[in-house]
Amino acid sequence: MNVPAAWYLILAALLFGVGAFGLLTRRSVLIMFMCLELMLNAVNLTFVTFSRSLSDIAGQASVFFVMVVAAAEVTVGLGIVVAVFRQRASTSVDELSELKG
Amino acid sequence: MIASTYAVPAILVFVTSALLILVGAVGVITLKNPVHAAISLIMTLFGVAVAFIAQSADFLAAVQIIVYAGAIVVLFLFVIMFLGVDRPTRMNVEPLVGQRSFAAVGVVITVGGLITLMASSHWVSGAKSVSGHALASGSGNVKQLGTAVFTTYLFAFEATSALLIIAVVGAVLLARRERATTPEEVNA
Repeated sequence: MNVPAAWYLILAALLFGVGAFGLLTRRSVLIMFMCLELMLNAVNLTFVTFSRSLSDIAGQASVFFVMVVAAAEVTVGLGIVVAVFRQRASTSVDELSELKG
Repeated sequence: MIASTYAVPAILVFVTSALLILVGAVGVITLKNPVHAAISLIMTLFGVAVAFIAQSADFLAAVQIIVYAGAIVVLFLFVIMFLGVDRPTRMNVEPLVGQRSFAAVGVVITVGGLITLMASSHWVSGAKSVSGHALASGSGNVKQLGTAVFTTYLFAFEATSALLIIAVVGAVLLARRERATTPEEVNA
């Protein structure tokens, strides 16, 4: 008998919270991307848990597509980081205040 | 008490994955050096892969290791080394006053609300799928997932190929160094 789905759902919620806290407090854009990955993984874990408890493959198919989008997002995001670093020689998000009203 | 209700191996697997996930995640947000944070991220990703296998999502666990731990984290490490930002950052400065406490309160409210919401709906309120077969484990799971992706979700699957091409072209365009154009090139 596997452990109840609730345990995995609580674990995923905690992982999401840790990722969200890091995203809100860290200043390095690279670390912020890593925190984004943590949050995406928390959602993936939720999808897989619901897929198991509802016995429906759709949850796992969704995780598959989330992974593809995450890979694309990291590629473009890190490209932007490299381009910004050429201009500023810094990865801190506080340096990027040009659009500040 | 708990051990008599559920099988001990299942509990051990859950505790192992929970420790890997939470210790790794806390490491990502607390470690000062970006390289250490990336290594800590790998730990979390392995923990999630363990949780996937425990819930008979074998194919996704393999993809998790190959794509996330193998490709995405290596891309992170590559960019960290390429930019030369693998130095410890100062953690004690807080640019906005009270930012951390506000973030902590917001996160506690979000997570607490999430857990309360799920608990009040008895965690899984939907009925088990009656249209398809029960979720298979092992290689049967790969077959099931492949069938779903290539029939029900075929359009989405084809759309991801376009998305990946656009992402690759965009990344190359962004990271390319601007080249000064000479008058000959402009005339040509």
